[in-house]
Amino acid sequence: MAHTDVVVTGLGATTPLGGDVASTWDAMLSGRSGVSALTQEWAEQLPVRIAAQLAVDPTGLLDRVKLRRLDRSEAIAIIAAQQAWADAGLADSGLDPDRLGVSVGSGIGGALTLLSQDDILEASGPRRVSPHTIPMLMPNGPAAWVGLELGARAGVHSVASACATGAEAIALGMDMIRAGRADVVVAGGTEAVIHSLPIAGFSSMRAMSTRNDEPERASRPWDKGRDGFVLGEGAGVLVLERADHATARGARVYARLAGAGITSDGYDIVQPHPEGAGAIRAIAKAIADADVAKRDIVHVNAHATSTPVGDLAEIKALHQALGDHPVLTATKSMSGHLLGAAGALESIATILAIRDGVVPPTINLDDPDDGLDLDVAANKARHMEIPAALNNSFGFGGHNVALVFTRA
Amino acid sequence: MTRDEITAGLAEILEEVAGVNPDDVAEGKSFTDDLDVDSLSMVEVVVAAEEKFGVKIPDNEVQNLKTVGDAVSYIEAQS
Repeated sequence: MAHTDVVVTGLGATTPLGGDVASTWDAMLSGRSGVSALTQEWAEQLPVRIAAQLAVDPTGLLDRVKLRRLDRSEAIAIIAAQQAWADAGLADSGLDPDRLGVSVGSGIGGALTLLSQDDILEASGPRRVSPHTIPMLMPNGPAAWVGLELGARAGVHSVASACATGAEAIALGMDMIRAGRADVVVAGGTEAVIHSLPIAGFSSMRAMSTRNDEPERASRPWDKGRDGFVLGEGAGVLVLERADHATARGARVYARLAGAGITSDGYDIVQPHPEGAGAIRAIAKAIADADVAKRDIVHVNAHATSTPVGDLAEIKALHQALGDHPVLTATKSMSGHLLGAAGALESIATILAIRDGVVPPTINLDDPDDGLDLDVAANKARHMEIPAALNNSFGFGGHNVALVFTRA
Repeated sequence: MTRDEITAGLAEILEEVAGVNPDDVAEGKSFTDDLDVDSLSMVEVVVAAEEKFGVKIPDNEVQNLKTVGDAVSYIEAQS
């Protein structure tokens, strides 16, 4: 079935690697790690004392009074969306707000606000709890704020599918345009939960790397020495646009969002299916939806979080659903795992890989796992023509999302 | 505390909570119409004023505090 063409006309991000897309992409291509030691007092007792913290703190970038009303995840979503909006050249384009939608999700939501206001509640009583608490911690807060900033009136949506959130939000944005509900959708993900409780929770699951003495070497997808993911924070936002709308206004087009595949495992609340069955179906659906030949999908930005089980399940899924020809990378080796923003940041990396003809490296891949039998751009960037590429995202709850981007 | 001192104290709170320019704060100014303080920020102003001036401002009283002067009079009477 022929779909309405959807293209990407704007990108925005603030990440552990840089305060915008250009600096983040430069850092990726040069193989720099964004992971560092947590020196805050609250981290002293934690089993995990490393994280990928934002390169540029949002505090100086937004109005002080406004920041009092924003959770950190909301503030960085706004910053990334403003960048993407400006990048797309939509600021003074006269776009009808009734045709502008937003699809921005978060994996965990306003946990920093929940924790800090609970401290106030315990210490000073209920009257001292901020009246801004609820809009700061509600899971739709980032999407709502982005919608408010841009004046979007075609619907504001907030997907929540854990670590697949960013990718699913982008898929939903594409669906909105295909269904004719919007001409432009600002889509992506945001996450800011670097604090003791989220770290303790993930750590109790034994999901996180405890390589505290070597922060920059802790995130090592597919390496034999991997021992879990490294928590990161950040936001990534794409401007999705109906292709003929973009053409009519002479917009610069980064890439085409050709298709998406979304499935659920129906297997376990946190463990991925050992054979990657849900992932296989998601990738196959995305390829079918995109209507591109498998041989043209020569690059995969993998979900690969650096956990022992998940990294290899994805390899099996790629073999089955796509084949043995693509060149893989795991940019989480540099950015850490941005949870609900991961799929958005990695979509941006996938799009720029297509544009620039270069696969960013997977760093720390010193001793590849025996189960890794696909080609990876290990430790240095690889230049190659990329007509089409795949971005995978999987999340606790058994969510699988695959996105296919093609050259504009 | 003089009325001017209370006004100055309120101006500090309004600047911190709602970004109001202290030079704009005067007894005749309406919180909502002149100083653009919305309902949630007003809650923050009230709680901060209670702490700063050592008074209690019950919720049913807040609706009567339309202007800075109303608040100054209420705080003056309580303290």
